[in-house]
Amino acid sequence: MFFSTQGITKRFGGLAAVEDVSVSVEKGTITAIIGPNGAGKSTFFNLISGIHPLSSGKILFKDRDITKMPPQQIARLGIGRTFQTTNLFEQSTVLDNVLIGHRLRTKSGIWDAIFRTKREKEEEKKSYQTALDALEFVEMMHVVEHPVSLITQEEKKRLAFALALATDPELVLLDEPAAGVNPDETDGLAYLMRKMADHGITVCLIEHKMPMIMSLADQIVVLNHGKKIAEGRPDEIRQNEAVIQAYLGGEAHAPVKQY
Amino acid sequence: MLNVLSKRVLIGIIAVAAVLFPLVFPNMYVLQLLTLVFIWSIAVYGFNIISGYVGYLSLAHAGFFAIGAYGLGLLTTKAGMSYWLSLLLAVLITSIAGALVGVIALRTKSHFFAIYTMCVGVIVYLLIDKWDSLTGGVRGLIGIPAPSNIGPITFDTLTSQYYLALFFLILTVFLCYRIVHSLLGRTFIAIRNSEELAKTIGISIMKNQLLAFTLSALFAGLSGALYASFIRFIGPQISAITVTFEMLMYLLVGGIGTLAGPLVGTLIVISLTQSLQFLEEYRMLIFGPVVVLLVLYYPRGITGSINGYVQRKKQQRVKIANEEHEVKRKVGEAG
Repeated sequence: MFFSTQGITKRFGGLAAVEDVSVSVEKGTITAIIGPNGAGKSTFFNLISGIHPLSSGKILFKDRDITKMPPQQIARLGIGRTFQTTNLFEQSTVLDNVLIGHRLRTKSGIWDAIFRTKREKEEEKKSYQTALDALEFVEMMHVVEHPVSLITQEEKKRLAFALALATDPELVLLDEPAAGVNPDETDGLAYLMRKMADHGITVCLIEHKMPMIMSLADQIVVLNHGKKIAEGRPDEIRQNEAVIQAYLGGEAHAPVKQY
Repeated sequence: MLNVLSKRVLIGIIAVAAVLFPLVFPNMYVLQLLTLVFIWSIAVYGFNIISGYVGYLSLAHAGFFAIGAYGLGLLTTKAGMSYWLSLLLAVLITSIAGALVGVIALRTKSHFFAIYTMCVGVIVYLLIDKWDSLTGGVRGLIGIPAPSNIGPITFDTLTSQYYLALFFLILTVFLCYRIVHSLLGRTFIAIRNSEELAKTIGISIMKNQLLAFTLSALFAGLSGALYASFIRFIGPQISAITVTFEMLMYLLVGGIGTLAGPLVGTLIVISLTQSLQFLEEYRMLIFGPVVVLLVLYYPRGITGSINGYVQRKKQQRVKIANEEHEVKRKVGEAG
């Protein structure tokens, strides 16, 4: 199995934000995590990328147990991610943003910096190349030198993809990649995710835009109140009673947490 | 490209001016002042690495400055070591002290980090003040030798001391330039911009912060050691928390997180303080409001504001180019 979580649980005090969730992901597929607000989707991502330690359970990536690893080590193993609120280095240019993404694959330290060694120069060159490749992949070559504060919301989303790609990931976790962009742009982003999967990068995304999910995902996992209530292909999820009840239209409004 | 070129030319002109200055204006008072500016600037450059580029406000800086100064003072006067060996050891001791403090201090974040490091600064002050038998306590340490000869070069005149301080300042600026413009420097800035994001792109926060903190202590130690051998007398006051805040003021006025900021700020504030000397204590009445206004309206300091202006100009050009591109596209579509 390429990637799997085995009964992972996260408690914040008495509240279980994620409870006993087991998910398996095949290489090169697109998995969507859906669920109402507060279902624990972002926490689920934070657990995988090592930002929060688990309360219990196990996470396996390429047959390695990554449960207790710190975020930087998980990133080095090949799990990249983007954040829900577009988290970028606002003051820098587009290229500078992506450039630092490759830092984890470089080794230059203080001596390389001071003496501007061959290694520093080579790694700098390689970082530039990787960054440009990533920007080309997300079709942003026309704004390479722009400061991030000047590009559009959709371009910021693409840039976040590029930054994650610059880390040379095998699995990317995208937290609401299409939030706050219009339908046309959503199609563009969906196309990019498909393109990633076609290049062998496994994609996991959290998303609220159902039409996009239904046409894009190979597998859908539904969370509600921190628990997995369903998983399967889009057509299976569409028929699933529990999901309809919780999310897809069982109620006129987004469900309010009941106490 | 033109920008880089003109920047290099500007730096060259400033460096040549600094070298020629004592020959053109052999004014002892001004030379003394400039030498002090150079020495303090070195410490402020160190301050800038951890507080400007990594974004952690370290208030132990005067403490490290004092460790460097007392390190040199004690090694030369009490241990009788040669000046240059003492200088090297003083810088080394300060760096090690910095690394040790950093290991613990960097477990805290933002204002907790500031408070913790401030406590470290106070502890250094108390140690120097109370450890009479070693440091001479409030009486201070006197008779610190001037730098000893290197072959035919002597350091017994003010002019030669000026050049010595200038040499170390240029070395410091060069090192900072190299660090800031390297992958390492980019890593520091990434941590400042967003620690959370830096972590998820595989950057080891602690390791890089510790390196930056140690470097900042190193420059503080170098500056302190040079100060001790320039003034030839040191007291516990050099480690007082007010000294840290003075350095912070130099940094804020000059521009935090910029390469020229430390030198610009130190030069301007020290010159101002000196020229307002006749007002005695009342000069703070002028100084306070000026700093408050500066922080309110130019939070990035003098250099930061100039850089910002240049960048805005550039952005405007980009915007106009974009709009033109858009118009052309529309015209093309319509045609």
